[in-house]
Amino acid sequence: MLTYAAKRLGLALLVALAVSVISFALLRASSDVAAAVAGEAATAADIEFIRHAYGFDRPLVVQYFDWLGRTLTGDLGQSLYYKKDVADIVLSKLPVTLVLGAVSLVFAILLSIPLGVLAAVYPNTWIDRVSLFFAVIGQALPSFWFALVLIMLFSLTLRWLPVSGSDTWAHFVMPSIALGYYAAPAFMRLTRAGMMEVLSADFVRTARAKGLSPASVVFKHALRNAIIPVVALAAVQLGFMLGGSIVIETVFALDGLGYLAWQSIRHNDFPVTQAIVLLLSVLYIALTLLADLLNGWLDPRIRVR
Amino acid sequence: MATVPLSEAGVLDAALTPGPGALLRRRVFGHASLMIGLGILAVIFFMAFAAPLLAPHDPYDQDLARRLIPPIWHDKGTWTYPLGTDGLGRDYLSRLIYGSQISLLIGFAVMAISGVIGLLLGISAGYFGGKIDMAVTFVVTTRLSMPVVLVALAVVALFGGSLTVVILVLGLLKWDRFAVVIRGATMQVRALDYVAAAEAAGASTPRILFAEILPNIMNHLIVVATLEMASAILLEAALSFLGLGVQPPLPSWGLMISEAKAYMFFSFWLIAIPGVALSLLVLAINLVGDGIRDLTAPENRA
Repeated sequence: MLTYAAKRLGLALLVALAVSVISFALLRASSDVAAAVAGEAATAADIEFIRHAYGFDRPLVVQYFDWLGRTLTGDLGQSLYYKKDVADIVLSKLPVTLVLGAVSLVFAILLSIPLGVLAAVYPNTWIDRVSLFFAVIGQALPSFWFALVLIMLFSLTLRWLPVSGSDTWAHFVMPSIALGYYAAPAFMRLTRAGMMEVLSADFVRTARAKGLSPASVVFKHALRNAIIPVVALAAVQLGFMLGGSIVIETVFALDGLGYLAWQSIRHNDFPVTQAIVLLLSVLYIALTLLADLLNGWLDPRIRVR
Repeated sequence: MATVPLSEAGVLDAALTPGPGALLRRRVFGHASLMIGLGILAVIFFMAFAAPLLAPHDPYDQDLARRLIPPIWHDKGTWTYPLGTDGLGRDYLSRLIYGSQISLLIGFAVMAISGVIGLLLGISAGYFGGKIDMAVTFVVTTRLSMPVVLVALAVVALFGGSLTVVILVLGLLKWDRFAVVIRGATMQVRALDYVAAAEAAGASTPRILFAEILPNIMNHLIVVATLEMASAILLEAALSFLGLGVQPPLPSWGLMISEAKAYMFFSFWLIAIPGVALSLLVLAINLVGDGIRDLTAPENRA
């Protein structure tokens, strides 16, 4: 297990390094940073002065390692738009996005696992078909459009929930549904497939032969084993949700990382954009690492590969 | 009146037993969700190709005097503008019809670009294995860890939003699923005897890859292609909705929804109509993809 963990950790660090090179290159090589810092009213001499003062005239490799060193010590530079420390801004918005991701994940799981279990226990019946139907429809709805429909229904017509903002728990209800429903079909299919496989396994037949109640067989014996791949998927899906939060947070003006990312892109605030790309990537890498380690711990066969 | 003699019953049997072609036709036409998907797709394709003939008005023609006319099922609707007009007085049906061209173009172009990249990466990783496999897996892992929407938005903002930029950005970002699936499928096929036979016969590597392996992983390729096409269409709509995709006045369905936000409360049809169109298109593509996967899965072959 230790060798496996060390290997996966090494790979994760390498991937994080590659991501840092790409996000540095993307925003540094393709735009004139000095001109962006100087602002629109700047003269050519001003831009030249800034280019030298900020060190943008040095070779890119030198700039990269300089930037990497500062990033690792937590210095992400100054926001061009807010004129504040990037690290402070980003960290102040992170909790909202993390809460949104976690609640969305819980919503997706609460919706999909019962449906997946029912579909597997009663295959090819109307329950199976209806849940499959919802899975197919769910994957076709554009999340931002679904979000607008929710707003129309629950805020404008029924007046149950606030349209936008992030002050109370009620502000998180619709964003979590809009972000979570998209992941539900994947969980449902995986639960269904896993349950079907496990339900035909020998140990389940033994449990049935012992005369255990059907509920005990399904929930105590089968679900526990079928849930393993779902746990790993949950970690990966949480990563996707953090990435997808940009669309949903913008629709609901939910004051998290995604909304900040959209604003910073619109304001050409590249230090903030870069920091968010990097942070979300590192979070995703950490989550997939966690999923792999969890899988390796629960299922020893994976470690050998 | 010819009666069939008993001795010819065998011939009759053979004539009544459907051949492989007939079996395939029966499976395809008997697959309800596949047929529904193909039906919706056919309608949207027709809309896109016959747009100049079908659209009752110029989709760009503005007239503030006739803005926000409701659709025909409303009391105040008129047959002149069956789906009403938007906030600038443009005919909504015409914009919807022309919008199908943009979604289909995005879907096919992004699928083609990302498909070629993903196929080359996946097939070489799966066939050669070893160091090449490790390198490809590393590249795919790195790509997967960067959030697509965010990177796409940032790059579109850098180069300016246009149809070409959106297609290129999404095409260069979305090859990961192609690479992963093709790699796995190639690994399975690679272990089969006929690949070893082709190698023993001295076939060149490109020949083995594209004449022996590619035809046998085609079903996986097609299924991923449909998934990716659907996902590219949704992504374009999301980018355009956020203002960093296709630019006005193009009638992209995502952009139409974005422009309609201001009139959400009193004119919800402006949001509902393009959203339903988008969902139907994506649903149809997914149904076709699922149908092809069902039909080509080995366990379903009669």
